[in-house]
Amino acid sequence: MSVIIFADQFQGKVKKSALEAVQYGAKIAQQLGVPAIAIAVGEVGAAELSALGQYGASKVLHVADARLNEPEAGATTKLIAEAVAKENASVIVFSHNFAGRSIAPQLSAKLKAGFVAGAIGLPDTTAGFVVKKNVFSGKAFANVSIGTDKKIVSVMPNSFSPVAGEGSAAVEAFAAGLTDADFRIKSLKVETVSGEVPLTEAEIVVSGGRGLKGPEHWGIVEDLAHTLGAATACSRPVADSGWRPHHEHVGQTGFTVRPNLYIAIGISGAIQHLAGVNGSKTIVVINKDPEAPFFKAADYGIVGDAFEVVPKLTEAVKKYKGN
Amino acid sequence: MKILVCISKTPDTTAKIAFTDNNTKFSEAGVQFIINPYDEWYALVRALELKETQGATVHLITVGGADTEAVIRKALALGGDEAFRVNADSHDSFYIASQIAAVAQQEQYDLIFTGKETIDYNGSSVGGMLAELLGLPFVSIASKLDVNGTTATLVREIEGGEETVEVTLPLALSAQKGMAEARIPNMRGIMAARTKPLKVVEPVAAEHLTSVVSFELPPAKAGVKLIAADQVEELARLLHEEAKVF
Repeated sequence: MSVIIFADQFQGKVKKSALEAVQYGAKIAQQLGVPAIAIAVGEVGAAELSALGQYGASKVLHVADARLNEPEAGATTKLIAEAVAKENASVIVFSHNFAGRSIAPQLSAKLKAGFVAGAIGLPDTTAGFVVKKNVFSGKAFANVSIGTDKKIVSVMPNSFSPVAGEGSAAVEAFAAGLTDADFRIKSLKVETVSGEVPLTEAEIVVSGGRGLKGPEHWGIVEDLAHTLGAATACSRPVADSGWRPHHEHVGQTGFTVRPNLYIAIGISGAIQHLAGVNGSKTIVVINKDPEAPFFKAADYGIVGDAFEVVPKLTEAVKKYKGN
Repeated sequence: MKILVCISKTPDTTAKIAFTDNNTKFSEAGVQFIINPYDEWYALVRALELKETQGATVHLITVGGADTEAVIRKALALGGDEAFRVNADSHDSFYIASQIAAVAQQEQYDLIFTGKETIDYNGSSVGGMLAELLGLPFVSIASKLDVNGTTATLVREIEGGEETVEVTLPLALSAQKGMAEARIPNMRGIMAARTKPLKVVEPVAAEHLTSVVSFELPPAKAGVKLIAADQVEELARLLHEEAKVF
């Protein structure tokens, strides 16, 4: 028996969300008293992979196939199923990131293994296998029981901060029986927004709303984000008006984020927006309207003009950062 | 081209979430139900655009009791041609995917759309499961789809960027923001929807792989600590020393 964790990488580096999944999977393995085995695909260095030992993996299976640098979902599903059979895995763990959302459900149907998407807690294995997850887009939680022998769990990004410990994992080449027919989705182009922190992985998010009055005023949001090493985000009306790109939209119909710090500037805090952010550990609200509903969900608040408050906050943060 | 759009009935985005029966059941009292926004705004509308520009038959499917017919009729009013309702109630993605797969196997679609996820159970699973059950390629969280003959070109979200992919039909995909703009049904559409075929089919035998044991609401916040607008440095100090978030 074993726990297998899909450790996906991007441009040769294991994603932070994948490190989190490895550590989460290693904890389940510990609970069950079985080894934690990571599986990585695409071109990635041996040192990067053996470092997964620092997150609790005892072994890493590596399919060094360049066609999997951006993991083709069908082929990756097939090779993970082969690894599951080889290692007699009873639990398979993914991050609930983009790759996980694509591959985990396919693997679930292939293996007829019950799947819980977006876990925010370790499974309760005292009686069965029960996992806590977000439902109603963060407005509630559900405890979901998986009734099958094989179980698949994907971890909501930023639910557990991965902490590196000691150890190194043995890296083993894994020869998956893939043929050209397994690659049905042809990758034409990968475009990355360089230098930016991916929103769903960010530990700090600075977000702006309609209170900023127009896209030309986003400089203060970007300056604060840059100073904090944060990702930028926005509310739905801002994305709908085209002030900011759609991939920055946080809320019930956009992205759900769970950063350590969420700073909301000029966002009133409609229930749909709160649903996307209320898993954040600390929420700061800056709004000139003292009646803004967001203050009820906040830990810290300033009632004031964002155009005055935000630049001052950026300067104050710089003092602590020592630059 | 023959297209299937999977439709889920979800509570309205403003619905107050509460539970009954010792926190084991979602309380529907006073809740308005809508078509899951991802299914309606992006999946259905893009399917209708393809119908208008290239010619296609658009089928809709939902798995649910008779109370889901209002949302299916709305989807027909927007422009779907005919609909299936699989007469079963389930919250297990695999069971739902199995029901849709059984209908899809009969009908042989070129394109199967789901939304990125439902806004109630947030599983984002049915599309991928359906693809596997039908042996189709699956493109997840697509923000753009173009079809040229039997070739589909899609843009999908990846961590920190986007990937453009090409796939030969048939294909299953999950749709998200960017794919289309929401529409409002017009009176002609609403009238026409009344007489469009809505077939009720009985479920096939399928397993439930998961079950909800209980629900919980998040703990209430302790209350906001307000800092005066001329004390911004105090906020930075609290975030650094008290909350320790930077």
